[in-house]
Amino acid sequence: MIDQYVPIGIMMVVAIVFGIVLANINKWIGPKRPSDEKLSTYESGMEPVKTARERFSIKFYMVAMLFIVFDIEIVFMYPWAVKFKELGLFGFVEMTVFILILVVGFVYVWRKGALKWD
Amino acid sequence: MELFDIAFFVFAFITVVSAFIVVFSKSVIYSAFSLLFTFFGVAALYVLLHADFIAVTQVLIYVGGILVLMLFGVMLTNKIVNVELKTGTLHTIPALLLVSVVAGTLGGLFYSTWKGDVAPPPPPFESTTKTLGEMLMTSYLLPFEIASVLLLVALMGAAMFARRRTKT
Repeated sequence: MIDQYVPIGIMMVVAIVFGIVLANINKWIGPKRPSDEKLSTYESGMEPVKTARERFSIKFYMVAMLFIVFDIEIVFMYPWAVKFKELGLFGFVEMTVFILILVVGFVYVWRKGALKWD
Repeated sequence: MELFDIAFFVFAFITVVSAFIVVFSKSVIYSAFSLLFTFFGVAALYVLLHADFIAVTQVLIYVGGILVLMLFGVMLTNKIVNVELKTGTLHTIPALLLVSVVAGTLGGLFYSTWKGDVAPPPPPFESTTKTLGEMLMTSYLLPFEIASVLLLVALMGAAMFARRRTKT
């Protein structure tokens, strides 16, 4: 059984190594001749005005929350879709009810204006 | 199954070590990122338990969704770096009770599975997705629909939560 996961394991290892190498290859083999101008945050660009460690807006939280809710919905649809032909009309109605309940929430969120960015 | 054991120990090690970092790290953001490896290790353990669909779900929802939510939660807080985490001992008696109950349950579980020294031979591997789909649509229909109500509640709660904050 675990043999079937060997390709995934290989891909994981390759991805990790690839990521580490690409993130650091510049540091390893690049020439380093720093000057004040080169070391500024944006070379030839605007001066940064304040710290980047700022509080995020709550709106990002809302987006992430919406994402999770519909993510879970999709996960629920997956086993249903695999079995769709065998389940027939009954399964279709069940999933429709499931989606409709969520659509109620979606409409509510929409009408509340939670999807508006500003 | 030699490879199986190696894989189990590697992933169990990753899970436990990163869980320790989550708990003991002084920086909230390190804790949040370390949680990534914990979730991932748990997903791998699910795979080793022949629960492939649960493993995919774990990666998709916990690693892809909940972790992002937590990172946003961390970034929403006032201080990200140099937070003074208080690690005093509080509520000793209730904590002791709770820990002993949990430890007793786990110990009993260990004991009851340890007794049969030979594990039953693992069934031939097949994807659990089809079985899950069938069960979800027939025997476990009510929990399935209740799950959608739960998601609805989460959606409305998030809407209320975010709206109140933006107004003030």
